[in-house]
Amino acid sequence: MKTAGIDIGSRFIKLALVEKGQLLSFKKADTSFTPLERCQELLRGVETDRIIATGYGRHLFEVHLGSKTITEIKAFAKGARALFPECRTIIDIGGQDTKVISLDEKGNVRKFEMNDRCAAGTGKFLEIMAKTLDYSMKDFGYVTSTSNKKIQINSMCTVFAESEIVSLIAKGENREDIAVALHRLVANRVLSMLKRIPVEGDIVFAGGCAKNQCLKELIEYALGKPIHVADNPEITGALGAALYAMEN
Amino acid sequence: MKDYTRMWVNIGLNLDAHAGLLGVLTDAYKSIYLSQKNRPKTMEYFDFVISEVHGLRIEEIYEAKKNKRKIVGTFCVYVPEELVLAVDGVCVGLCAGAEVGSAEAERFIPRNTCALIKAFMGFKLAGLCPYVELTDLIVGETTCDGKKKAYEIFNEITKKVYIMELPNMKSEEDRKLWLGEVKKFKDKMEALSGRKITLDDLKKAASIVNGKRKALQRLSRLRAADPSPISGLDALLVNQIVFYDDPLRFTEMTNKLCDELEERVRQGTGVTEKGSTRILISGSPMAIPNWKLHSVIEGSGAVVVGEESCVGERNHRDLLDENFSSIDEALEKIASRYLGIHCACFTPNDERMDDIKSLVKSLCAQGVIHYSLQFCTPYMMEAYKAEKAVTDVPFMRIETDYSMEDVGQLKSRVEAFIEVIKGRA
Repeated sequence: MKTAGIDIGSRFIKLALVEKGQLLSFKKADTSFTPLERCQELLRGVETDRIIATGYGRHLFEVHLGSKTITEIKAFAKGARALFPECRTIIDIGGQDTKVISLDEKGNVRKFEMNDRCAAGTGKFLEIMAKTLDYSMKDFGYVTSTSNKKIQINSMCTVFAESEIVSLIAKGENREDIAVALHRLVANRVLSMLKRIPVEGDIVFAGGCAKNQCLKELIEYALGKPIHVADNPEITGALGAALYAMEN
Repeated sequence: MKDYTRMWVNIGLNLDAHAGLLGVLTDAYKSIYLSQKNRPKTMEYFDFVISEVHGLRIEEIYEAKKNKRKIVGTFCVYVPEELVLAVDGVCVGLCAGAEVGSAEAERFIPRNTCALIKAFMGFKLAGLCPYVELTDLIVGETTCDGKKKAYEIFNEITKKVYIMELPNMKSEEDRKLWLGEVKKFKDKMEALSGRKITLDDLKKAASIVNGKRKALQRLSRLRAADPSPISGLDALLVNQIVFYDDPLRFTEMTNKLCDELEERVRQGTGVTEKGSTRILISGSPMAIPNWKLHSVIEGSGAVVVGEESCVGERNHRDLLDENFSSIDEALEKIASRYLGIHCACFTPNDERMDDIKSLVKSLCAQGVIHYSLQFCTPYMMEAYKAEKAVTDVPFMRIETDYSMEDVGQLKSRVEAFIEVIKGRA
């Protein structure tokens, strides 16, 4: 049986195709302002027995294309466990929300925390900050500072942080130092969320922002232990949904 | 609906804005309430009350006012309704459950004020609440800091605010202070109405208010059945309407509703399938028309089986002991009955934790969602204790307001919470 999982996020739509528990293919597209059309494009020519939608746009998909849905929290739990069987803790920084999830021994969601309204400290935040500092998203994630100067940025709000950066630039601060400070801000936000759930077992960093090396290292440093990142961490939700479709 | 324009003009409402508000309310009611499946037939009465919320009921109160009855507005379940009814007054809970007039309100109070306070200021300032316009007296109380300070400003605007001092602890001295406040309020009611309260007046009033409470207690108990015979949304509505409907009619209609629900329970039918996920809400009050969280939860397939809230259990769980034989004894019983409400403005407030735990048991709730209005510090703070107290079932805290901007995130969190509960079964 072939099943698919489609994760309709705020920035990207991800599609994973699974057969006998093995990943067959993975595709990704910008969410854009016509997400439903993008979904249909992604699904063109794809044959599946069952499809499950997850992510922010799951209900849109449910209504128009008639599939079942699960929340991204459940999908990430499933996907992270498939990629890392010993996983008990998940960090997901997506386009517009950040979540941390704690799993029991069997992989069931036990507790989760999620930001409740604005996109402060999420992928979107980093994207806008990268633009302000004139980095590409890829370079931004590999930023390192050689000066060892610790700049403090106080505002998590995208609008305020941007003006804070403008004044730091005006003060002549080094671009790399500012970039690292921004990453530290996002990492600290995740770390404070982690304090509200039990942190046990293997910790998996999933979602698009897990490709950001600087963020990964800052979180690892603070936790004092390695965190696991899949080769393609943004696949996690779609994979989880596809696996769920197979089992149910 | 009849044309009430003349009455609204006489009362002094802002007609254009008011028409807009009624339009939004009607649409919201249609999409949230009338779209529900398997509703009890008797809910028709409550639908009617909502459709006439600024019409027929206002006309009744307007008539009462013309007949020299006093109209007393309140914002809190600590205000003893018995003393208002004892002088043949009309007691109404004032509008505070929708995001209206925020810009006007923010001229007087900070942006970071809880939605409920902002709303009661906003309703008045935007000329949208006919109830507040008809009041002869508005009773405030020293519960949270936000309300306390807002009442000072509200008095500047309306010139008719009276404050009851509610203590923050429950020692002997506090009980004395509160008894004194209840006595002062009785004097205030007598002065306002120009009539002396007799023992008979108090007996009658006690029986009327207890009648409402008993009907609501019955409703509350019926929600323990699986499947629940009534949706959380409908039960919440009844618990909201109690604050402004005619008390005797309300009691009669709520009992009728309960008769129908009893029949449903006997037949094992309900609003959802048997085995639907059962959620208890605990926290800040949900003033009408705040139906946001219930509609997200029930839209996700679960059913809300109870509200540990001022709009809910805290309002009706305890009856007033009617066994008094003097006015002084009655006042003492009133004071002690009201001080038995467990609001988060008290410290310590461990009794509330016991209430939550016992409701989880009696209503067979499978999860607790702790609801705080943003900037409602007492409840936001107590979420910590509530989470520690609830050990048998999953617990989640939600902080939100009346706006719709976080509904997407809210839906994800609520659905995931339901998945967690189902995963345990």
